[in-house]
Amino acid sequence: MNGFAIQFLHGLCMTVLVAAISGVLGTAVGLAGAASKLSAYRIPMWLAEVYTTVIRGVPELLVILLIYFGGTAAITFAIGRYVEISALSAGVIALTVIFGAYSTEIFRGAILSIPRGQWEAASSIGLKSWQIWLLVILPQMVRVALPAFCNLWISLLKDTALISVVGLTDIMRVAFVGAGSMRAPLTFYLAASALYLLLTSVSLLAFRRLEQYIAVPGQLR
Amino acid sequence: MTPSDLDRPGCDDVAALRVEGLEKSFGNYPVLRGVTLTAHRHEVIGILGSSGSGKSTLLRCLNLLELPNRGRMWVLGERLKLREAVNGRGGAILDRRQIQRVRASLGMVFQSFNLWPHRTILENVAEGPTHVLRQSRREAIGVAEHYLAQVGLADRRHHYPHHLSGGQQQRAGIARALAMEPAVLLFDEPTSALDPELTGEVLKVIRSLAEEGRTMLLVTHELAFAREVSTRAAFMHDGKIEEEGPSRQLFLEPASERLRRFLQSHY
Repeated sequence: MNGFAIQFLHGLCMTVLVAAISGVLGTAVGLAGAASKLSAYRIPMWLAEVYTTVIRGVPELLVILLIYFGGTAAITFAIGRYVEISALSAGVIALTVIFGAYSTEIFRGAILSIPRGQWEAASSIGLKSWQIWLLVILPQMVRVALPAFCNLWISLLKDTALISVVGLTDIMRVAFVGAGSMRAPLTFYLAASALYLLLTSVSLLAFRRLEQYIAVPGQLR
Repeated sequence: MTPSDLDRPGCDDVAALRVEGLEKSFGNYPVLRGVTLTAHRHEVIGILGSSGSGKSTLLRCLNLLELPNRGRMWVLGERLKLREAVNGRGGAILDRRQIQRVRASLGMVFQSFNLWPHRTILENVAEGPTHVLRQSRREAIGVAEHYLAQVGLADRRHHYPHHLSGGQQQRAGIARALAMEPAVLLFDEPTSALDPELTGEVLKVIRSLAEEGRTMLLVTHELAFAREVSTRAAFMHDGKIEEEGPSRQLFLEPASERLRRFLQSHY
């Protein structure tokens, strides 16, 4: 069991790494997706619509498998010889795509909750579109989106466990291997659960603090 | 801009704002059917009319919050580059930079204030000078404090909008428009969202601006006030200006039967 403590620590780092990278990239994708869905132009609107419909409609495990095998096939085709996509990049790409699809909807809802007059006031003093987004819309939508975004982040942390199917040594993978080789499944799965619970609890606490930090003083929501 | 700035020689003949043949429809429903209006410097024009007559839409078209389908517009003599609507394709802005620049010179005061709730009112007022006029932080704060003092909110400058009464919020909204030193101030029913006891403080501020000689267009239901502050008045009906003239004359000797009836029922 002692040898597995180090393994678990590595797994924990891998899980956090994958979640953090896909979280950041997925947020960017989500913002772009929301902006596309709300744009006046038809093509980006439809692209975003197709993207969120497909990704949200397919089980996450399948998305990961499709990107792993699809990615490998694509690279092989491009280079001309068999190259396997690394488990880490496949996992990060898959989770980014998933996180982006769900956060698109969260951001879209948050943006829609901001009254039209906020935009009008900003453009009436001559602010440019990007200034309006940066100064008026983003700071307000963050407050609206944060609770749902926190939910999604927790989901992402747990979804990283799915990447173990393509061989990434995350918490889940370490637990699976340990459970088999030490013939103590319950012990290892309980240990893995404790680690996930630790990550999610710390996240919840962090988001609570963030929510308090960015709240407008004295405003009731 | 102080009144003396407006009196530069050679500028007097240029109207602050002029529209010709302005048309706007929402879907198939025409709201403005050819409005022509000129606001000269130092004029205060009261725009009257019943609900649905198009007066708010006119004001919103003037700073292009709504794009007109047809019509020509000049601000300080500069023709705005707009594309007319054709065959179901809406009107469009042809030169976005020009419109942004022009918008900054047309101060808009909204019925529902539209202050930004995540900023203190000082920040609300300083935003334009900082990011549009590119003043230094210090300069912009100075301008914001000056105008907040003018509308009587100097001591509330670090409050957030939701901490203020409706009347105070609207005065902050006026300060935000003033901080851009606009050539024309547009008021879109500035007191309609206020409790009756709060309208007085807002009207007082608007009156003082009229006395400063600022060019203003005022859409309002407060007819007595419109009569008192405006130099000229325009009565709108069904998307057109039915009657226009010196405010005193319009109120005392309305020419059209419609305006007569409107004044009788509202005033």
